[in-house]
Amino acid sequence: MNQTTLTLLIDAGKIAVILGCTMGAVAYTTFAERRFAAFMQNRIGPNRAGPWGLLQPLADGFKFMFKEDFVPEFADRFLYRLAPIVAFVPALLLVGVLPFGPDLVIGSQVIPLQIADPNFGVLYFLAIASFGVYGVIMAGWGSNNKYSIAGGLRASAMMISYEVSMGLAVVGLIMMAGTVHMSTIVGQQDGFFGWFIWKQPLGFLIFVVTTFAETHRVPFDLPEAEQELVGGYNTEYGSMQLGLFQMGEYAHLITASALMVALYLGGWQFPGLNLLENSPILYALAGLTVMAVKVFFIIFVFIWVRWTIPRFRYDQLMRLGWKVLLPLALLNILVTALVILI
Amino acid sequence: MAVEIPKPKHGFRREMSFMERLYLPAIFKGMRVTIQHFFGHRWTIEYPDVIPVAAPRFRGLHVLKRDEEGRERCTACLLCMYVCPANAIHIEPALATPENQDDYTEEKYAKVFEINMLRCIFCGMCEEACPCGSIYLTRDWETSDNDIDHFIYGKDRLMESEGSPLLFKE
Repeated sequence: MNQTTLTLLIDAGKIAVILGCTMGAVAYTTFAERRFAAFMQNRIGPNRAGPWGLLQPLADGFKFMFKEDFVPEFADRFLYRLAPIVAFVPALLLVGVLPFGPDLVIGSQVIPLQIADPNFGVLYFLAIASFGVYGVIMAGWGSNNKYSIAGGLRASAMMISYEVSMGLAVVGLIMMAGTVHMSTIVGQQDGFFGWFIWKQPLGFLIFVVTTFAETHRVPFDLPEAEQELVGGYNTEYGSMQLGLFQMGEYAHLITASALMVALYLGGWQFPGLNLLENSPILYALAGLTVMAVKVFFIIFVFIWVRWTIPRFRYDQLMRLGWKVLLPLALLNILVTALVILI
Repeated sequence: MAVEIPKPKHGFRREMSFMERLYLPAIFKGMRVTIQHFFGHRWTIEYPDVIPVAAPRFRGLHVLKRDEEGRERCTACLLCMYVCPANAIHIEPALATPENQDDYTEEKYAKVFEINMLRCIFCGMCEEACPCGSIYLTRDWETSDNDIDHFIYGKDRLMESEGSPLLFKE
């Protein structure tokens, strides 16, 4: 077997494993959300399917499969069918550039624990992440329902106003790192105080807030506001199509958390991890574990915040986006530039 | 003479302070509350596994009592039937014959005693009206059924006796 075939095989294997793990993580994030929500409301939550309710995501999936696949009258059938796919696929594409751990060295073979490591990694992430909103808008328009279209419009307006601040918040980090190459950015965050959260606290704060908006989670879940819009863009959807929307949303949440960890919280790096550098396999596994724990913590914070605070009003949302976050992001860039200059 | 009421400077709403306008301290305060609940007590009663016991004075399903010698206390006086605000009780009295007189306290007894549990409002007035101490409301509250006909409880299910589905539970 020559080197090209081996590389191809390894890459295919990596894609399969990472996509599989992401889908599993999506399933169990829905479960974690329901369970933690219950805990925060002094309930128990779903615990009847399997031990501790661990088979609940499977049961949910089967339930979705057996539901009627309904298309409302006067809906744009093409857009209506296409929307869940468009909402789901970009969220999965995002895992392509996320670094999950240090290079795995087996014999002479070096396997980077990342599907692809293009030198425009962060830009790729920001570009693809905003694609998800097309699915929401298509769903809103295709459903031919006033609540859905209101949800879709809110999603697009929100995306426009928060994408700007998010990009600008990352600009400060890119200026410090001097690259948009994902694995280099992670590699630079050596030691606990090397994490970019300490060098870019304001940028981190803006990034967190805009990530909440980007993933349509409370307090910025206006596109699906259950109370005002009866579910928003997904009002008309049922069966596995609704399931796809939800999976897309959770996949986006996971990838956004992983990006946050990679950019600001040191990725797979952790103080003391270098001691394992002599045994590469152990080192890689430890890196993977650290990454998984950090991502889980961020997801937990997302869930925690969701069950703590209420939704923003639409005008408050816009004011926060344009009049607070955008100037702060610009200020962050200015201060970073001054610090680098001096 | 008209008195002018002084208006607050900024309408009736107080201007928020800088710390309040940051929102973040309030959010962290809220998160502290939710995490306390996260580790707090779980109030859920897992019903089919754990059956909660109602209070002793709970008014649930009825029971027809027997006296110390095992005779039916009910004498078919129909007071409960008349007092029932929901018309849920149906009684057909009959005269005891010498052969079955040992089962009843008086010479009149209830041949049919039916309570429609879908009509019953569990007010307990039958219990109050009964002069013989025959009918009581128990703390048994599991009434659900799949068949609508099963909600008319006859003597077989109301009468206190060994082997009957409804023994009076203290």
